[in-house]
Amino acid sequence: MAALSALLRRDIRLAARVGGGALMGVLFFLIVVAMVPFALGPDLALLARTGPAILWVGALLASLLALDRLFAADHEDGSLDLILMGRAPLELAVAAKALAHWLTTGVPLVIAAPLLGLFLNLAPAAIGAVALTLLVGTPALTCIGLIGAALAVALRRGGLLVPVLVLPLTVPVLIFGVAASNAALAGPVPFGTPFTVLVALTLASVVVGPFAAAAALRHGLD
Amino acid sequence: MRLSELANPSRFNALAERLLPWLVVATVLAFALGLYQALFVAPDDYQQGATVKIMFIHVPSAWLGMLGWALMAVAALGTLVWRHPLADVAMKTAAPIGAAFTLICLVTGSLWGRPTWGTYWVWDARLTSVLILFLMYLGVIALWRTVEDPSRAARAAAILTLVGAVNLPIIKFSVDWWNTLHQPASVLRLGGSTIYPTILTPLLITAIAFTLLFVTLHLMAMRNEILRRRVRTLRLMRAAAANP
Amino acid sequence: MSVPVDLGPHAGFIVAAYAIALAVVAGLVAWIVLDHRAQLRILADLERAGVTRRSAAREEV
Repeated sequence: MAALSALLRRDIRLAARVGGGALMGVLFFLIVVAMVPFALGPDLALLARTGPAILWVGALLASLLALDRLFAADHEDGSLDLILMGRAPLELAVAAKALAHWLTTGVPLVIAAPLLGLFLNLAPAAIGAVALTLLVGTPALTCIGLIGAALAVALRRGGLLVPVLVLPLTVPVLIFGVAASNAALAGPVPFGTPFTVLVALTLASVVVGPFAAAAALRHGLD
Repeated sequence: MRLSELANPSRFNALAERLLPWLVVATVLAFALGLYQALFVAPDDYQQGATVKIMFIHVPSAWLGMLGWALMAVAALGTLVWRHPLADVAMKTAAPIGAAFTLICLVTGSLWGRPTWGTYWVWDARLTSVLILFLMYLGVIALWRTVEDPSRAARAAAILTLVGAVNLPIIKFSVDWWNTLHQPASVLRLGGSTIYPTILTPLLITAIAFTLLFVTLHLMAMRNEILRRRVRTLRLMRAAAANP
Repeated sequence: MSVPVDLGPHAGFIVAAYAIALAVVAGLVAWIVLDHRAQLRILADLERAGVTRRSAAREEV
């Protein structure tokens, strides 16, 4: 337990320091969302209607693009070997790293989402819904992306390959995240229906993600 | 190691050599019968007319696209649990073949959609799920092409394949849900009506023919891959001998 | 192309669907057959160059 919390604190500290990527994800999110009106046009009604989708796609890209160095950096400086040899189960160590990554990348996205919602002319209820769905949905994105990050170590190649592998797997999260946000706004279904499915998806990926990522690391490094 | 002796690659190739002529003949016969039934015997649909004939290639290729992934998932277990090289070979060679059948499914679905729905592409639940399946096939193929060491690539691909196999039903379910949310149910669903035996029999025969084609191509591709690995080993040996 | 059955007003789509399916399968078959020949040729070249085959084939795939 002590080892895991040490790992968690180390990862958070590394992300917050110079050279860490804690705020890069938010910055990327901000820029992606700011680019969309240039493509769609400044029509506020249209932006309000597509706003939840834009925010979700932005958050999806931001959280996945930030992930592909998660294990690669540890692999390069050798600390990944120490984690592998340590007494704490690799699955839990991987989960601790995922938690640290979510706290430093996912949570800032959730905090930034309401502000960006204002830019997109979202109604207050929709802003709340998007923030809530992102809060629940970003752990799923982190845990699915975790598998891609572990594969990137095994493949010794990052770049575009990891998003190519991982993005199709995030389709359900995207569907139910946007659906729940839209349901809060005007949707024909009550907010609870897609939202509970989103929660279920998150719980499932929190279970599957660390196991698959740990397996990928074990098989990729021997 | 006993298992790997049992399914030793050289013996596998010998077995494939013996089986392949029979499989080729069976495939050709099944296709001749199936296509004859599909084109000349099966009646036109009362709503869709002759375009229903596209179904005889569309549905079997969809089925084989999914079968291909299932096969890869089974082989992936073989790779991860028993570390069997033949499982690696089976997994690697199934990917392009499965992707090709998925592509056929997408293209024929699109060509069927144009006269039936009036557009080449509808974000219909089934077409969308098949599109995502196709993208995942492309991802796996890209992964195989990224890593040079075959056994390392096999293990990475195995994990991705298994995660994909767990995810595919979830993707299918969520796309279905998403689709019913966005589309009125008035859209004419392909195959939604009950299928008459006069159409079902040719469909079953073409499905068998396509499955035989898949098995034949997969065996041939596995044989190639075994040879390719032998070439790789020999080249490595030669390089090692030349440079002690 | 004379098709003995009446394919109705959408004959073009049906023919195109069958043609594309045929083309994809033909491409697959051609790739596999050509690949087979290429691998056999390389193996023959290697054997002629004196790189032994049996011992190598047994321990590695």
